[in-house]
Amino acid sequence: MEQRAEYNCELRTANCEPTSRSDVAGCFPRIDLLRIACFLAAVMIVATLGLMLYEILSKAWPAINTFGWRFIIRSEWQPNRDLYGVFPMVIGTLTSSLIALLLALPLGLAIAIFLSENFLPSSVRNAMRFIIDLLAAIPSVVYGLWGIFVIVPLIQKYGDMISHHWGSIPIFKGPAYGNSLLAASLVLTLMVLPTITSISRAALVAVPMVLREGSYALGATRWETIFHVLLPCAAQGIVAAAILGFGRAMGETMAVAMLIGNSQRWTLSLFSPSNTLSALLANQFAEADGLQINALMYAALLLIVMTLVINLVGELVLKKTQKSFGSH
Amino acid sequence: MPNSFSPSDPHQATSSSATLVPLEPSFIEVKEFDFFYGKKQALFDINLEIPDRQVTAFIGPSGCGKSTLLRNFNRMNELIPNVSHAGDITIHGTSIFDPSVEIIALRRRIGMVFQKSNPFPMSLYENVVYPLRITGQRQRAVLDETVERSLKAVVLWDEVKDRLHESALGLSGGQLQRLCIARAIASQPEILLMDEPCSALDPIATAKIEELIVELKKDFTIVIVTHSMHQASRISDLTAFFYLGKLIEFDQTNKIFTAPIQKQTEDYITGRFG
Repeated sequence: MEQRAEYNCELRTANCEPTSRSDVAGCFPRIDLLRIACFLAAVMIVATLGLMLYEILSKAWPAINTFGWRFIIRSEWQPNRDLYGVFPMVIGTLTSSLIALLLALPLGLAIAIFLSENFLPSSVRNAMRFIIDLLAAIPSVVYGLWGIFVIVPLIQKYGDMISHHWGSIPIFKGPAYGNSLLAASLVLTLMVLPTITSISRAALVAVPMVLREGSYALGATRWETIFHVLLPCAAQGIVAAAILGFGRAMGETMAVAMLIGNSQRWTLSLFSPSNTLSALLANQFAEADGLQINALMYAALLLIVMTLVINLVGELVLKKTQKSFGSH
Repeated sequence: MPNSFSPSDPHQATSSSATLVPLEPSFIEVKEFDFFYGKKQALFDINLEIPDRQVTAFIGPSGCGKSTLLRNFNRMNELIPNVSHAGDITIHGTSIFDPSVEIIALRRRIGMVFQKSNPFPMSLYENVVYPLRITGQRQRAVLDETVERSLKAVVLWDEVKDRLHESALGLSGGQLQRLCIARAIASQPEILLMDEPCSALDPIATAKIEELIVELKKDFTIVIVTHSMHQASRISDLTAFFYLGKLIEFDQTNKIFTAPIQKQTEDYITGRFG
């Protein structure tokens, strides 16, 4: 009965609102100008994206005509003979991002669990959350420098030891150059950690309190509640976090370009130099001319399509997550 | 936890109550209980004896402390930071706040049903056996038997027996609440706490749950918080009226609703405030 009374009340206020709103609009006719300005700004963003795609596509067109889809599966990149193929870079992009994801996901998830449950007083939790979000604010080039001064020497120091013992396994094949797939992947791990942590944390926090209480009331411990109820509930959000983290790693340029070694050959070894699409663009564009520019544009187009698809999938999963929480 | 729920001598605890004349020995006993959220006191000097295998209803306007008291029986309030209490609550004569009482063991002996049904995102079957799974029960036969017994007890078995392994989230609101009751009684607790279990349900689903509550009191001591005085009068044996954190009156339900002693109780049940 109480609910119905409130509902009527709402209806009544809703009915009188339109008159009061038009009064306000009458007093401030310029509000419409503001609306037009905002609309134009929004249109401009969409138009910019469209123009960008058009520009890249038109610059890439000669290369697309020359190499066709084989561009993706060919392994030579020889500007002096005008032969281009980006297979090693596609593989390098995917593997470096995948390694980063595999390392960052467990770490990020552990942090997210720790920060979403009340293990710590909320002031400490908020401080830690802030610091992790700050990781995302560090410029890419600083990560690159840190990689050069810390990660690369470490790999040079221990990489040869590992490849000496386990070199028969393809991924540990030496010699261990410092600038390598591994160096880029490790720095990428750190760079995607904030993305993965904050999205997973949000998914865990969004699990309704009644589910936590339901589990505790049945005599579950905190970890039982986390593993049996919270993680399954947040699974979609965590998947979205992983996908968006992967997307971020694929597009990452500066730090990777500084660390990956820019080798145009593809290898399975973690210790060998490799290349990614973004690093290729960053390293070659300044000195490119002729068909090389078109080939680089083709590579850029490929990178855009890859990251767009990954981000789209991630956003869709995230949307679906939010919907499913809305329903109960 | 062998000592925490040792059954007390049935003749021992019958005398001390002031306002009620329970036929059964007192089961849950609340003694001079105060409760605080931070510095704000939510319960004031509550004294109450809840008898075994009866339905005891807590009524009163919102914010009167009835849910707070209910959530103390299985110490759910301790999930909230900065709460504190004074006084004692005993079950079978053993204090639930005794250091030897493990909170996990306590909650396993007390089922709880919430205002909003809270099925876990797993199959019907896994929902019901959840309390067994977390104790490490793996035997298929035991789990199957529990599912059938619990779902039959809440009269849900015939409706869902062919889709036990489908997601629980496809059920209707009333079915979900019955599923949550089945889950709450799966590990055969002694006490069933219900915090406004019908407030989100339509009248037909509510009637089904009410029938069920009357049926379940054969096996469980039931304490129910309700906003509906009709519900309290229909299903409960005893009714406690709370107001502003104090227990105003506690007596047999028909007495509370026909001849309350306190003026505040009368005003509330006749709808003069609240």
